[in-house]
Amino acid sequence: MTEVTRFTHGSRIPGWDDAADLRKAPAGVPDPAQVHVPEELRAEIEAKMAAYPEEQSALIPALHAAQKVHGWCSPEAIEQVACVMRITPGQAAAVATFYDMFETKPVGRQTIYVCTNISCSLRGGDQILTAMKEAAGDDPDFNIRGFECLGACDMAPMASVNGDFVGPLEDSDCRTIVDNIKAGNEALAAKSLKVRPCADEAGKAAGGSE
Amino acid sequence: MSAILFDRIDEPGLADISVYEKRGGYEALRNALKQPREGLVEELKSSGLRGRGGAGFPLGMKASFIPGGDMDKYLVCNADESEPGTFKDRELMQKNPHQLIEGMIIAAYIVGANRSFIYIRGEYELPADVLDEAIAQAKAAGFLGENILGSDFSIDLVLHRGAGAYICGEETGLLDSLEGKRGNPRLKPPFPANQGLFQGPTLINNVETLSTIPAIIKMGGAEYAKLGVENSAGTKLVSVSGNVQRPGNYEIELGMKSRDIIYGLAGGPEPGREVKFWFPGGSSSPVLTAADLDLPYDFDSLAKAQSMLGSGAIIVVDDSNSVVDVAVKLASFYKHESCGKCTPCREGTSWTVKMLQRIQAGEATPMDLDIIASVQEQIIGNCLCVLGDAMAMPVSSMVNKFRGEFEEHIEKAREAAGLGLTPPVTPDEPVLTLN
Ligand SMILES: Cc1cc2nc3c(=O)[nH]c(=O)nc-3n(C[C@H](O)[C@H](O)[C@H](O)COP(=O)(O)O)c2cc1C
Ligand code: FES
Repeated sequence: MTEVTRFTHGSRIPGWDDAADLRKAPAGVPDPAQVHVPEELRAEIEAKMAAYPEEQSALIPALHAAQKVHGWCSPEAIEQVACVMRITPGQAAAVATFYDMFETKPVGRQTIYVCTNISCSLRGGDQILTAMKEAAGDDPDFNIRGFECLGACDMAPMASVNGDFVGPLEDSDCRTIVDNIKAGNEALAAKSLKVRPCADEAGKAAGGSE
Repeated sequence: MSAILFDRIDEPGLADISVYEKRGGYEALRNALKQPREGLVEELKSSGLRGRGGAGFPLGMKASFIPGGDMDKYLVCNADESEPGTFKDRELMQKNPHQLIEGMIIAAYIVGANRSFIYIRGEYELPADVLDEAIAQAKAAGFLGENILGSDFSIDLVLHRGAGAYICGEETGLLDSLEGKRGNPRLKPPFPANQGLFQGPTLINNVETLSTIPAIIKMGGAEYAKLGVENSAGTKLVSVSGNVQRPGNYEIELGMKSRDIIYGLAGGPEPGREVKFWFPGGSSSPVLTAADLDLPYDFDSLAKAQSMLGSGAIIVVDDSNSVVDVAVKLASFYKHESCGKCTPCREGTSWTVKMLQRIQAGEATPMDLDIIASVQEQIIGNCLCVLGDAMAMPVSSMVNKFRGEFEEHIEKAREAAGLGLTPPVTPDEPVLTLN
């Protein structure tokens, strides 16, 4: 019989088996007596579970909550979610690895998504990503990622700074944003989505034929 | 035309229930609860409203598919809005959340749903916070909960935040995600109307679709249908972005000339620049060129031009940009977002990106264009959902309409990469015919 190297150790696809030690038996539902879950996190997950007809629906909200506590979906975070929801860590990890907002490696707490999709890149989104990375330097507290369309192409080029949408950005704004959030202030108040008027009336007044 | 969805959208405090009620909010709900459900379905049908999420399926017909009977039934609002170029639902939810909530309660009443959900993309934190507050207000005011407004109708509404995945906008991927799973699309049939969320009958509609319901109930379906043009009734929010001077959301009456949207409302490209091509309905729609600017913006006219209205997102690309760069960006997005369940989509998106990058880097020959075209053909229609098609259609359209530019780029990039020129190609004599 020929050996299929692709599915054994030594595969040419790096990292394909990083996620698990295949010699170990799969982990079962964690034993509540063995796993310490922070009280607030437990309460939050349980409240979410009660909100749905079927408890498993609370998995994504639960992972959001755990990521907030731990900074990323660490094995410990996954185990705590699994313990409260009475599922296996495998089930929780399978979901965590599917979604872009869940971090599966340790990262900084200051999360900045810079949009590099079409509309933003037509207006300089890629340069903003570079400028943002430069502004943050090698500060380990920053997690700067190029991201797909964030649904704010009217503010292009834009970024989501810890969830706050700001734009349209210029290169020099990146330094300001980094300094502001380091100091615990709002990212860029004047360019926040919170204060942005709808284009509709301005467009119609300016030249719309309606 | 007077605005319907964007009526005084920037009125201060509109997200608050008291301001919304002062302008007549929740009256449509009170009226609807006094009417029999069958009559209301007829109103939805006669309005001619077609779904605003992308597929354009008639709302009234979809609502009539939900079976009768006593089982648990669900209403799901699709607020995933991750089609590149689309940002209209964001503005609706952030600024007028009660319009959506009222529309949802009426829709739930019409189809007899007892539980409802809004699935909002995780990145939309501000609109989600606004909605959370608005839902709490609606509950306190007795519009949500048991026996609302003294009727025998009960409805509960939960806001569910996603976590970043384009595929969760696809309705069955969304349902799996809402059940706490990876967002993989399901085989259809069964359709959600019969077996959707938790296997129960489920009506799933876009934010804009549901937000229009209060207006339809207020003015009557027939009156609403007078807006717009044949087969494309009503007003539509269009998100205009890219190389225009006033990017943003505009409410138009369907059938408006595209040029008037791109130039009139959004200001067109910067002075001295021309429209090179544009996506009429999000990045998933085949591109149109400057020659198509006089098309009326409605479902049928865009379909006749081999494209689609999609989510109503117009992305304008001006003549300072290379079509190759846009194609690489576009294909990379779908490659990243493919859930991996169906082979043609998983492999097809990945190979398309690799081939387009070869073109960019100067390692391709014109033959690669034919291979790209053939890969797109093998994706279309061969998967559980249309995510792969959503890359294949625009990529094919770009290669078809700008083949000359692709070839020129290949030649120049090869020269720059020191690979020398390829033999001349004549357009009517393809280097390789793949069948
Ligand atoms: C890959 C993919 C992504 C989609 N994304 C969205 C989306 O973000 N929002 C949305 O409303 N519909 C989206 N749709 C369309 C939905 O599947 C569905 O048709 C729509 O929510 C139905 O609502 P409507 O009838 O009100 O338009 C997407 C479809 C596909 C195939
Ligand atoms: S392309 Fe950047 S927000 Fe849409």
